[in-house]
Amino acid sequence: MTALVPLVVLIPLAAAALALALPGRRRAQQLITVCALASMVVLSGVFMFVVDSQSTLVMEVGGWAAPFGIALVVDRLSALMLTVSTVVLLGVLLFSLGQGLADGDQETPVSIYYPTYLVLGAGVCNAFIAGDLFNLYVGFEILLVASYVLITLGGTQARIRAGITYVVVSLVSSILFLASIALVYAATGTVNMAQLAVRIAELPSDIQLVLNLALLIAFGIKAAVFPLAFWLPDSYPTAPAPVTAVFAGLLTKVGVYAIIRSQTLLFVESDVNELLLVVAALTLLVGILGAVSQLDIKRLLSFTLISHIGYLIFGIGMASAAGYAATIYYIAHHIIVQTTLFLAVGLVERHGGTTSLNGLGGMLRSAPVIAALFFIPMLNLGGIPPFSGFIGKLGLFNAAAELQTPGAYWLMGVGALVSLLTLYALARAWSLAFWRSKAAALGGPAAPTGQSTEALVLRRREDALLEHLHDAPDARPRQQQRETPRLMIGATSGMVAISLALTVFAGPLYAYATRAGEALTQPQQMVDRVLGDSPDDLGGGSGKTTPATDAGDQP
Amino acid sequence: MTVSMPLALVAVMVVLYGGGVYLMLDRSLTRVLLGFLMVGNATNLLLFLTSGSFGAAPIVGDADASEMSDPLPQAFILTSIVITFGVSAFMLALIYRSWRLAQHDEDTVQDDDHDLEIAESEVLTTDEVTDEDLAENPEFEFENSPEQAEEETR
Repeated sequence: MTALVPLVVLIPLAAAALALALPGRRRAQQLITVCALASMVVLSGVFMFVVDSQSTLVMEVGGWAAPFGIALVVDRLSALMLTVSTVVLLGVLLFSLGQGLADGDQETPVSIYYPTYLVLGAGVCNAFIAGDLFNLYVGFEILLVASYVLITLGGTQARIRAGITYVVVSLVSSILFLASIALVYAATGTVNMAQLAVRIAELPSDIQLVLNLALLIAFGIKAAVFPLAFWLPDSYPTAPAPVTAVFAGLLTKVGVYAIIRSQTLLFVESDVNELLLVVAALTLLVGILGAVSQLDIKRLLSFTLISHIGYLIFGIGMASAAGYAATIYYIAHHIIVQTTLFLAVGLVERHGGTTSLNGLGGMLRSAPVIAALFFIPMLNLGGIPPFSGFIGKLGLFNAAAELQTPGAYWLMGVGALVSLLTLYALARAWSLAFWRSKAAALGGPAAPTGQSTEALVLRRREDALLEHLHDAPDARPRQQQRETPRLMIGATSGMVAISLALTVFAGPLYAYATRAGEALTQPQQMVDRVLGDSPDDLGGGSGKTTPATDAGDQP
Repeated sequence: MTVSMPLALVAVMVVLYGGGVYLMLDRSLTRVLLGFLMVGNATNLLLFLTSGSFGAAPIVGDADASEMSDPLPQAFILTSIVITFGVSAFMLALIYRSWRLAQHDEDTVQDDDHDLEIAESEVLTTDEVTDEDLAENPEFEFENSPEQAEEETR
């Protein structure tokens, strides 16, 4: 079983190479990409089942045992992240296939789109299975470099401008991460996470704190937590809809995953939980207040993305098994729902020609399917029962109530408020884009004769909703309205169905998350598993390297 | 008086970090790239310095194991150099594209129109709410006051 672990990285990389070798044959590229991603979904699902029913998988690359060799580790958290990520990658790919087929692939240089997309997937998966800090860095770099290409796809002025912001910020965070690794290595002499867990605990507490904060800042930029999040709403909205969707779903969550790992495995004794709770509260509040003041739906969603990262940090900051469990469930929920919302906005943009609420209207009548596809994830993100957003938030609040500290109670209040404000911002967007009449959106006559007073009152309310909002000056001009291909609708519907499945199967999934959360509170098990001498058939580390007669070249 | 090798490297690293950060704060994108290269090389030096004392090449048979220098940081540096090289090439392409699009003589960071609008407006824009506005629109009071405080920080 352990031999299959590297496949989640190797399959997309090999498929990317193959797709790159067939630049002219779009059909072949698409087929390769779909097949690769579908096999990754299956593989990740198998990992999830095996890891849960048996135990953590540890793959020693090249037969070199940890801590000297490179270990790839799949535990319950990694397996869940892999499954959710590959499902999202596949869903978004189908969406972009639909978009590309309908547009005749004229907008993007497609010969690089599919390979880059696969490399992005490889980077994300590599980060999730990394068993040492440097491999995590390499995973980050793979996904970042792929994302640089995707965010500047087409090379229009707006995308280049946004891309430069994104690239420079990401470079700075990568350098910080690398420098932190250097510091960690200088202090401990290892980068294997299991061995680090042992050696960092032996360091003086002030050095632990410095290392912890250095890594936290590097991961915080990636995860877009409050003081380090301002690059996100500037860069994400300009990318093509599917690219924004997959970035929103996955890239920030890789940062959150790294924070979870560093807090639960590396820095168990170094306590920054208070700081995390404060940062979580500020992320929640600042993010959602940004969302409330946006007129462009893509920017609005980018701000809700930042805001809801706060919930995840909240769960990590509680540092209890229940908190981790709720965070893990919430990550799965948020990846799926946020991606679905961005895909739905892609449909809105296509049907309505713009994402600015100023120019949208009457879409409930002209596109009822899109209205429904936006409405369900909207309620879900806002945390309306019985959807998974509600279950995740309930889990977080339960964990906070168990903790019974003032900080946790404060966060509960902030969390509930942000949940309401999320619903307010999204419901306003929905009612303006879908509910009001088309004539009102296009700036019809101010007081048309023959209208009832009710209509006038309604009109005034709509104006009041828009009163304090203005289009960004660099907003893109209204595009031609285009037909929406069935495949785009189908992919979005599929994602909505998966988000509903998170609700329907919330029982088993939350139980899984609880087991994963409990495992995170016992880092010693992970250490034994990776470094210890466990029988090979169980898939743990062997603890020793078998001497080979002809030593292979080991990177 | 001789300066020991690690100390000299630390001094070089500090200079590279300082110069790199200074350059990255510049408006010209080419300087940002140069700054990134300097900071990247400073980090490579930092990685190199983590290997502790320097010894013989870490090749089995060439020297006794106790005299070898630590090979792992060198592997890190190699990886990091490759990544920095690739990203720099991409950045150069991006800068060139930006320069072509902007059709200016300079390769500076382009202004954000929204930021400019806020900076240049003498009166408060509608994004900002004064007390009088709140008095006129009491129905917005409950949510706008905290929002605007945050909005200004953005």
